[in-house]
Amino acid sequence: MSQHLHIICVTGTREKLQMAAMFASVAAATGDQVSVFFSMNALPFFVKDSTDEVPVEGRFGELMEQEVGVPPFKQLFKHASELGDAKLLPCSMALDLLKISEEALDPELGPPTGLTRFLSDAEGGQLLTF
Amino acid sequence: MSESKTIDARDTFCPGPLMELITYMKQANVGDTLELLSTDNGTASDVPEWIKKVGHEMVSSEKVGEVWHLTVRKTK
Repeated sequence: MSQHLHIICVTGTREKLQMAAMFASVAAATGDQVSVFFSMNALPFFVKDSTDEVPVEGRFGELMEQEVGVPPFKQLFKHASELGDAKLLPCSMALDLLKISEEALDPELGPPTGLTRFLSDAEGGQLLTF
Repeated sequence: MSESKTIDARDTFCPGPLMELITYMKQANVGDTLELLSTDNGTASDVPEWIKKVGHEMVSSEKVGEVWHLTVRKTK
């Protein structure tokens, strides 16, 4: 039976973005309904042509950077969107603060979304925060 | 007529091999067989779990040296 999985990404570090992307891609590809809400320090990495240099928290982040076989988190989020119809939603408040438009974001990202809407959609589902 | 295809996902880490398999599974026809090669041990348990959940057929799972050979058939 498919479940609803809602993921909130607020931290701009490689480990947290990678783990969130892993959950999103596997759940979406397995038939779960997935939505990911990007805000705070996580959102700037989804601006078009943004840097691939993401701060690491510790040794594991360094290990992932050294291993070429680790799928990049942006690719995993893209898989989640393309293979499993995951919704990738930018936080409208974060866009306002960063002074960027929806068009400046990667094409996989959906419409700017407010907290009320996200919470309403997330009601009754599983919620993970990174 | 059903076809067989081998997907070489060696030296990639979780969930890379599973994502590779799913990508090819989407493109395959019902009855086609896919063999996934992976050096990621977690993949050996993740793939049967995914197959069970989405309802395809797990044909075989075997480790030869350091490489897992996971064969699945698209059933729907």
